[in-house]
Amino acid sequence: MAMSVTADPRDRGGPAQPLLIVRDLKRHFPLKGGLFNRAAGTVQAVDGIGFSVMKGETLGIVGESGCGKSTTARLLMRLMEPDAGEVIFDGEPVGPGGMSLREMRRQIQMVFQDSYASLNPRLPIEDTIAFAPTVHGVPKAKARARARELLTAVGLAPDQFARRYPHELSGGQRQRVNIARALALEPRVIVLDEPVSALDKSVEAQVLNLLIDLKQQFGLTYIFISHDLNVVQFISDRVLVMYLGQVVEIGPVESIYGAPRHPYTQALLASRPSMDPARRMTEPPLTGDPPNPINPPSGCRFRTRCAFAEEVCAAVVPRLAGDGADDAHLAACHMRVPGSGHSRAAARAA
Amino acid sequence: MEAALLDRPAAAESLVSVRDLTVRFVSKEAVVHAVNGVSFDLAAGEVLVILGESGSGKSVSLRALMRLLPARKAVIEGDIRVAGHDVLAMAPRALEEFRGGVVSMIFQEPMTALDPVFTIGTQIAETIIRHEGTSRAEADRRALELLELVQIPSAKRRLANYPHELSGGLRQRAMIAIALACRPRLLLADEPTTALDATVQIQILLLLRKLQRELGMGVIFVTHDLGVAGEIADRVAVMYAGRFVESGLVEEVMKRPLHPYTQGLMGSTVQAGLRGRRLAAIPGAPPDLSRLPPGCAFAPRCAYAEEACRAALPAEKWPVPEHMARCIRVAA
Repeated sequence: MAMSVTADPRDRGGPAQPLLIVRDLKRHFPLKGGLFNRAAGTVQAVDGIGFSVMKGETLGIVGESGCGKSTTARLLMRLMEPDAGEVIFDGEPVGPGGMSLREMRRQIQMVFQDSYASLNPRLPIEDTIAFAPTVHGVPKAKARARARELLTAVGLAPDQFARRYPHELSGGQRQRVNIARALALEPRVIVLDEPVSALDKSVEAQVLNLLIDLKQQFGLTYIFISHDLNVVQFISDRVLVMYLGQVVEIGPVESIYGAPRHPYTQALLASRPSMDPARRMTEPPLTGDPPNPINPPSGCRFRTRCAFAEEVCAAVVPRLAGDGADDAHLAACHMRVPGSGHSRAAARAA
Repeated sequence: MEAALLDRPAAAESLVSVRDLTVRFVSKEAVVHAVNGVSFDLAAGEVLVILGESGSGKSVSLRALMRLLPARKAVIEGDIRVAGHDVLAMAPRALEEFRGGVVSMIFQEPMTALDPVFTIGTQIAETIIRHEGTSRAEADRRALELLELVQIPSAKRRLANYPHELSGGLRQRAMIAIALACRPRLLLADEPTTALDATVQIQILLLLRKLQRELGMGVIFVTHDLGVAGEIADRVAVMYAGRFVESGLVEEVMKRPLHPYTQGLMGSTVQAGLRGRRLAAIPGAPPDLSRLPPGCAFAPRCAYAEEACRAALPAEKWPVPEHMARCIRVAA
């Protein structure tokens, strides 16, 4: 079963072709209200998200509640129709004329935060895992044998667990079943939406270790969504930071955590408790809550909480840019762009 | 354990003194032993953080201090004294005065503590009038003061807001304001920052720390998050299967954890600098509280467990003053 990423027979575009390219993904939810149920505003849940994921890497997506990270995952999987945007899987566009949704969903699988709600309470877990392969034409006996193999792979002894129902398992065990189910169709990408957030710390560590092992064993690529900055740092190769439906920063994990460029990323990282009682925080890095994604601020969406905001931030939407042409670390902040009109940008250029 | 207690008599000035607290939930099917002999003291103005995972008994212990557990199902035994009151012996009327007046509680989900059909201002004022019998005007004035105290921006306008009109962080602040309305001497906090975003969580933690110092309150703070303990605790108690397995000053416990469970908890907490390494996860899962093993409840998951661990409950050991662990491997 083990395979190295470079020699993957399913690979079409070659090792340099990103496994997944997402371009300008958008989803706005109209809000209705008032006397005649008129349009009362728009929630710009995801507003022009774009990123790519290389083969075999883990892309972490972080952000606070309401930033659109889960919506991004749902749009990617087409559990929700995007208003605009394009998804390219290993060089092939997903949609009419390209890869079918059915095929795409075989290649990309998802694990959700709520381990109980995402399992059928009336099916023994072995049947849950075998369900999708049978739908895709695998004979029942074979699918079941495979389900037992997968249970072993996720650390649940089949003889003990295969016939159990979801309510007979602990949260950590149920999340292992969800991971096994996601693996059943031999996908190349797994989208993990807060997979360990509902688990106790000791169990969280077990599941994170398991995810790292499985990635090796099955040659997987992960998109790992979490609000937990430490977990994302631990598991990701690259990190994408979202704020109010947009990407504010993306880059290699060492670079994002070592030298964050966007003031929001800086504040987010500084908000982590220190773990050292001798070095306690004295001032919170940010004041206030994230604003409502209904009718977000003009220009840079972070400007209402940003200590460095100037006129240009309200007037012009900052674009994602690196420090040079081939910089892998991009941030969307006027302070990083010489000549943007921000006083600190001028200082940097000088 | 008896001996240990005799060695450390309750400090005369202690605000809270708990001795041999046990809580059992009795139903037809089973008896769940949620808390199994917890003893501790809390000085006025001190912050104790009880660390534990789900089912460790940390929230149940906290609720027992205010007798918020369902009387018909929960059997509470032991001795709980808060500011001189014998909590388990209190009559219902006295208990009503005690709750809110001497002890207050804040919760993880503020919407369960706030009434959705009254404004924030009304809810705070009602609490003050009920406990102190002040005039409405005086209560309204105090309500405004309290919202300013918890640093709610444009406090005057916010008094007229209903809970659903506030963001998560503001709701949490409003709940804290209500809890502090009658100047309690002890604040119980049940994971009040767990559901908040990182940038808001640190704001609320720093606010609680500031208020605690300014008002000289004792605080018992329950959480599963080591980082929270690091930011706010004077002392830490680590709970497992209804017992304190370790307790001590926060620096001591976080720098030199003695109990294998505490060590495991530290090892499985993802921190900066662990990238690329395997986490030292604790194998297995917490025990079933209706069928607790006779000895150390952590023994089935412990790498160092031996026969003696399974035979009898390890005694409290105090290798250094103020630092306790219930483990046979710790030298007394």
